[in-house]
Amino acid sequence: MLQVNEWLFIGIFFAIAWALPATPILIAQILQPKRANRLKRETYECGIETVGDAWVQFKVQYYLYALIFVVFDIETVFLFPWAVAYNQLGFYAFFEMLLFVALLAVALVYAWRKGALEWT
Amino acid sequence: MAEFLTNQGISATLATFIATFLGVVAVASFGLGWFSVLGLWLERKFAARVQDRMGPNRVGPAGLLQVVPDLIKMITKEDITPQGADKVVYNIAPLMAVGAVILIWAVMPFSKQLIGADLNVGAIYFVSVASLGTLAILLAGWASNNKYALLGALRAVAALVSYEVPMILSILVPVMLAGTMSMQGLVEQQHIWYIFVVPISAFIFFTSNLAETGRSPFDLIEAESELVAGYNVEYTGMKFGMFQAAEFVHAFTACALMAVLFIGGWRGPGSDQANLGGTILGFAYFFGKTMVIYLIMMLIRNTVPRVRIDQMMAFNWKFLVPLSLINLLMVAFIQKLIVPQYDSVLTTISGGGVEGGLYDAIGANFVAELPRAVILLAANLLVLGVLGRVIQMFIQAERRRVGEIASTPNPLHPPQRIEVAVGD
Amino acid sequence: MQTIDWVQWLAFGILTLITVGGALAVVIDRNIFHSALWLLVSLFGVAGLFVLLNAPFLAAVQVLVYMGAIVILIIFAVMLTRRLMGITESVNSQWWIGALVSIVAFLVIALVLAQAGSGSAPLLARDPIATLSNRTVADFGAALVDPAQYALPFELASLLLTGAMIGAIVIAREDA
Repeated sequence: MLQVNEWLFIGIFFAIAWALPATPILIAQILQPKRANRLKRETYECGIETVGDAWVQFKVQYYLYALIFVVFDIETVFLFPWAVAYNQLGFYAFFEMLLFVALLAVALVYAWRKGALEWT
Repeated sequence: MAEFLTNQGISATLATFIATFLGVVAVASFGLGWFSVLGLWLERKFAARVQDRMGPNRVGPAGLLQVVPDLIKMITKEDITPQGADKVVYNIAPLMAVGAVILIWAVMPFSKQLIGADLNVGAIYFVSVASLGTLAILLAGWASNNKYALLGALRAVAALVSYEVPMILSILVPVMLAGTMSMQGLVEQQHIWYIFVVPISAFIFFTSNLAETGRSPFDLIEAESELVAGYNVEYTGMKFGMFQAAEFVHAFTACALMAVLFIGGWRGPGSDQANLGGTILGFAYFFGKTMVIYLIMMLIRNTVPRVRIDQMMAFNWKFLVPLSLINLLMVAFIQKLIVPQYDSVLTTISGGGVEGGLYDAIGANFVAELPRAVILLAANLLVLGVLGRVIQMFIQAERRRVGEIASTPNPLHPPQRIEVAVGD
Repeated sequence: MQTIDWVQWLAFGILTLITVGGALAVVIDRNIFHSALWLLVSLFGVAGLFVLLNAPFLAAVQVLVYMGAIVILIIFAVMLTRRLMGITESVNSQWWIGALVSIVAFLVIALVLAQAGSGSAPLLARDPIATLSNRTVADFGAALVDPAQYALPFELASLLLTGAMIGAIVIAREDA
């Protein structure tokens, strides 16, 4: 069961990957001075007092970028096993993938023309 | 290192556990540990020399130990948590950022025998783990209770997430050529280095990694002069240090990945043997190639100016993504068109004679894959040529458009003649 | 094999705890942003369960797509529709109806899965590709494009993705 052995490694690695950065931070907690006062804890706004509530005008463009990324992400998920098996498949595999990518390219071109890819 | 086990007589599972644990610590601390000392020094010296100054040269011989006082400085800084910050998320974010980068080292093939865990899905594993780092930035920006931090984090996440698309698409090409996702398999199948076979994919991977790790010319994520320090403005002391460390090690990790995927990793003359010499040679080759890519990264960082966020996004969605799709289709087409004839090459070798001897000397797999590699390279160069022409036409159109705008006089600010008295 | 068994059981227990606990915390936590983060934890548990089921490809895909893309999308959607910084509370006065419906749904699904496990359910007739332990990713890929197996869902999936993207752009750009 070499599979399990490999993933056990990953599991332990995951635990260590969190412990390794936590160690300097914990050391810093021991070594640092602790002179907290109210001024230090204020949120930063270019050196002046904070004005207004801390909310941000959230542009819908951020959401569109994330959405287009999700669509392309799922596309690559389908492409990965196809790519691994590609060497052993016949020529028809290329045409199937061509159709797959062409449909998604249509979506990308649509997004381009409708201005969904612009930053502003 | 997973084979470095069962020397203890304790019990089978405990031995496995201990050996795995030690292996993990070794691999993780390699990625994070000693490179911070040498690599930071190299980075600062290189940048200094490019900018015609000396760089750190006081601490240790030629400034090699500069990272030690830096570390001491960061550890002894006071940790100020802004009021109203979400404590749990605020503390988790730097851990997650560093953790995501360290996790990539689990599948890095150092040499033929040295690999943390040779997962059979290694290529997609390291992509998915890198996306956790993006999450960490979002958490940091949100938890800081600071609108500038949040704005910076949103921009950073939008940019990082966008550049993952061409990165994954360009990884698909070596996976397709090698027929496996395992990192060790990808290196072993590179009888001809993939950078010579599909240079476009190498270029796309390199560029998207430049953007993913926040290096110049895409470093508006970390060096936000418009939004102060971006998503980590409210972090102090070691937590800030962790973000910096994560970004720095991520750059090195990206170089290592580029070396593994496209330049043949630990492959080189003599590194295929199973003994200690082969292992050391493989490790040396891997490290040397990583440093070459890192040198290129540093060169680009110190010479190219930063791009704007909208230029960055346009470059990704309108250039890199279509290019990577076209590249994928082209490589797929040619890969089915010309199939490497392993059998005929093997029969030529076994037949003896001048040709057989020559083939044997170079390597059977190399010779078999050569025709396809040459055709692929030619196709890549053709696409690059067409691309160059298209970009040229685009630049000419832009120049014409900007020229029109620049030459029409602005009714609000007509050009004035300013009289200057000379002398007196 | 005994020694490997208890490791797997331990991992299964921990991962189940993470998955179910995270899912519970999603609906219990009052702060909506924290709910999104608990979702992250729960999805990570699911990825671990995929590894235990000998489907590492699906585990990596789970992390890549769900944790790395969809959670970000959900957080963006939360920010888009609510005031960001305050403690956003979600109050639901009909929670007892929700509890009833979810218990009934759970019993139905548990019944179906128990029957499928014993081999007497007619619904799950075909061999699921991803969970047979001697199949590899290459087999998965070959099955995806094989006209006799999953080629049609493969193409339809791309059509679905295209439709989703176009639909979202139409909705989002209307109010721009």
